[in-house]
Amino acid sequence: MKPAPFEYVAPDSLDGALAAMQQHGFDAKPLAGGQSLVPVMNFRLAQPGVLIDLNGVPGLDGIWQTSDGTLHFGSMVRQSRLERDPLVAQHQPLLAEALPHIAHPQIRNRGTFGGSLAHADPAAELPLICVALNGRIKLQSTTGERWIAARDFYTSLFTTDIGDEELLVEIALPPLPAGTGTAFTEMARRHGDYALSGVAAVVTVDGSGVCTAARLVYLNAGEVPMVAEQAAQMLVGERPSEEIWLETAVAASQNEIDPRGDIHATADYKRHLAKVLTIRALKQAFARAGN
Amino acid sequence: MNISLSINTKTYERDVEPRLLLSDFLRHELGLTGTHVGCEQGVCGACTVLFDGEPVRSCLMFAVQANGHELTTVEGLAESQADLHPIQQAFWEAHGLQCGFCTPGFLMTLVPFVAAHPNPTEAEIREAISGNLCRCTGYQHIVQAVQIAAQKVHGGA
Repeated sequence: MKPAPFEYVAPDSLDGALAAMQQHGFDAKPLAGGQSLVPVMNFRLAQPGVLIDLNGVPGLDGIWQTSDGTLHFGSMVRQSRLERDPLVAQHQPLLAEALPHIAHPQIRNRGTFGGSLAHADPAAELPLICVALNGRIKLQSTTGERWIAARDFYTSLFTTDIGDEELLVEIALPPLPAGTGTAFTEMARRHGDYALSGVAAVVTVDGSGVCTAARLVYLNAGEVPMVAEQAAQMLVGERPSEEIWLETAVAASQNEIDPRGDIHATADYKRHLAKVLTIRALKQAFARAGN
Repeated sequence: MNISLSINTKTYERDVEPRLLLSDFLRHELGLTGTHVGCEQGVCGACTVLFDGEPVRSCLMFAVQANGHELTTVEGLAESQADLHPIQQAFWEAHGLQCGFCTPGFLMTLVPFVAAHPNPTEAEIREAISGNLCRCTGYQHIVQAVQIAAQKVHGGA
């Protein structure tokens, strides 16, 4: 239960961190909040040769809004700060709603936005939220930078598109279109545990109350945050009703997610939870869209 | 690697291996054994300390990461050996512990919470302590202790 030996590098600039990533590449792991990495190192499931500590790198902890309304986040912004941030509460209520579900206060004091995204646990809340909000992720290396849609970032279980020498440095969440309501709900055995199932709903309605766009994304329902595209499309052109929510929930939970059974719940039970949670989330999201 | 840090307002300098967990550094290097180690995977909360004033799991940090930072452990709560911190006193009065293994983690988690909540609801308290496991008491007395502690700290009783 003690980590294997490693070399510790503590860069004091982003350039220094990127240079260290280039130098050590595959053998290196960036250390953000450490709330997932350190446990797996304690278990020796991860034994990186070099740990590149980002906690002393200035400039990665900002939250700012650009003129088009997009909210930008440095990758090292702590989850506890997101929880308290007025810009987040005002402009991205879905993110604000999901944050208290992430583990416990002590964990959120250290855990970071970018660290959770890069860890790519399919049961985690932040990857799901970024996919649901059409978030974009900025990756940087010594040779350049690129932006990638959150949805394309996730390739498999705990696996992302990030290169060995790249760092996740920034997250951008575009503003919600007018008439949009959001909701997040999950079911965990105890508050703060990894959820058995969870869903984020983002719906947009026009002036007459007809749905013009919808997005449903599920956690712990496959190898990556699972987007139920076809089911969400069933809502478009319809007025919200109990019947259409049920049809959508059945379609999403039966056809577009792939939960695995485990010691806590069978796959069938997770599908059942996903269905029930979808109805709840849609009801709430449409109620909020109306206001 | 040489590190220098402040713990309970006292400065310590040590040469440590990078892989040394902060929890083990406190206990084995400095003899500050009030910080307990339960699970070493971030679940139980027994090793909670204040890191720059905020409760964190010391088993999920390396000692080298504490270089230049300020920590408070349970040893730093009371004014002296003869005193109890108001939260400690409240745990005493409400019988908020049995074996006491989890208690340091609860206390350190609660220091900023009680300071920020003069009159916390039971739901707020249970959310605040959700990351600390107690296998003896079942939390009811701990919740009562927090209510008493809030009164003590904010001068209500």
